[in-house]
Amino acid sequence: MELLAFGDTGWGDELFYATLMTIAVAITAMLIGFFFALIFTPLKLSKNKFLNLIANTYTTIIRGVPELLVIYLFFFGGSAAVMFVASIFGYGEYIEINAFITGAFSIGIISGAYSTEVFRGAIQSIDKGQFEAANVLGLSKFGKFFKIILPQTLRLALPNLSNVWQITLKDTSLIMVTGLVEIMRQSYVAAGSTRDPLFFYSCAAVLYLFLTFLSMKLINRLELKYSKGY
Amino acid sequence: MDIELMVNSFPKLLSASLITLKLLSASLIVGLFIGLLFAILRLNKNIFMNKFAYGYSYLFRGTPLLVQIFIIYYGLGNIEYLRTTVLWVILKEPYWCAIIAFSLNTGAYTSEILRSAFQTIKPGIIEAGKSLGIPSKIIFYKIQIPIAIRQSLPAYGNEIILMLKGTSLASTVTLMDLTGVAKYIISTTFKPIEVFIVAGGIYLFMTFVVHNVIKFLEKKYSY
Repeated sequence: MELLAFGDTGWGDELFYATLMTIAVAITAMLIGFFFALIFTPLKLSKNKFLNLIANTYTTIIRGVPELLVIYLFFFGGSAAVMFVASIFGYGEYIEINAFITGAFSIGIISGAYSTEVFRGAIQSIDKGQFEAANVLGLSKFGKFFKIILPQTLRLALPNLSNVWQITLKDTSLIMVTGLVEIMRQSYVAAGSTRDPLFFYSCAAVLYLFLTFLSMKLINRLELKYSKGY
Repeated sequence: MDIELMVNSFPKLLSASLITLKLLSASLIVGLFIGLLFAILRLNKNIFMNKFAYGYSYLFRGTPLLVQIFIIYYGLGNIEYLRTTVLWVILKEPYWCAIIAFSLNTGAYTSEILRSAFQTIKPGIIEAGKSLGIPSKIIFYKIQIPIAIRQSLPAYGNEIILMLKGTSLASTVTLMDLTGVAKYIISTTFKPIEVFIVAGGIYLFMTFVVHNVIKFLEKKYSY
């Protein structure tokens, strides 16, 4: 138990901050994912074949290639890509991208592909009559989207989005390969210096279980809120 | 674009993908048995068995696969007592540890898939079997299991693809699978994009094959 003490003698506080880091990366990645979903869902639903192809390429590649490979791509290629862009603007120095940004961005791209599929499914399952009714009422395009379609999409998408959240949360463990100190990395360091891997990886497992349990409870509440009136 | 590197690394990556396929097929086979066992336990009326199976699937679905591999490879391998037993022969090999972790993980997901498949079987079908005087054991093997397999095909296809991607984690316990070799080539040549295209292409090809085989099976066994 003294291994988990807070302060200089134990790993308690380190693991606590690592947990906060995991939560921060997961939330950032989820938001980046939403941003990608916002771009690619309309492309998927569009009638233009070319736009469809772009969106399908994105979701197919991300869902068919291991997360770890995507992370390696951004980990090794990220700073090169940024330096290339910077060199166009005449900046030739070495730029190192922060591990948090690399991690959140690569997990975000992965999570975005799943979110895109979820939103596409949700919008497609909204009754056609709803669109027509909104047109008949003479709502503007924005009013139609924000007042009629979006609330219903959210309700339909929420159960599947909660799955995406769980996947994203668990995927953040892979960011340890970039050196970002989240739960997995911290347990790895602690296991290495105390020579007690079983204990620290079990701690990591408990922390992840706690996070998934907690988020399940919160999402269930949200689901209740959004399904009011149904 | 370094086309030469892409051409040169292709055979290396291709031979590494054999390890990926071995890991995948071994863990899917073991995982299917584990999944079936725990699905049956979940449907059991005995509360203790039921809770045990639920706990198993909750534990393995609520934690990242990476943690599970690390616990089995680094964690269990560090227990002095285990080193003196026969188990050490298995636990000292990253290959077997990876297969154990993957099997337990996919077993948990498979048990959920099969459980929901068993639960969607209409009671009328089982009652029809009973009214024909078929013993309940044979009803289970000849009626319930084939229907459950058909019902769970689409979800199981997804699970196979998830597991295919999951095998990439074997590279974290020193195994040189497709991702492991890809990482090695990237870190020696610093050409991430080229290697990503080749390795990703091989992965995509494998998911494409799995996807189409499952689609074919779905069509063949549709009713």
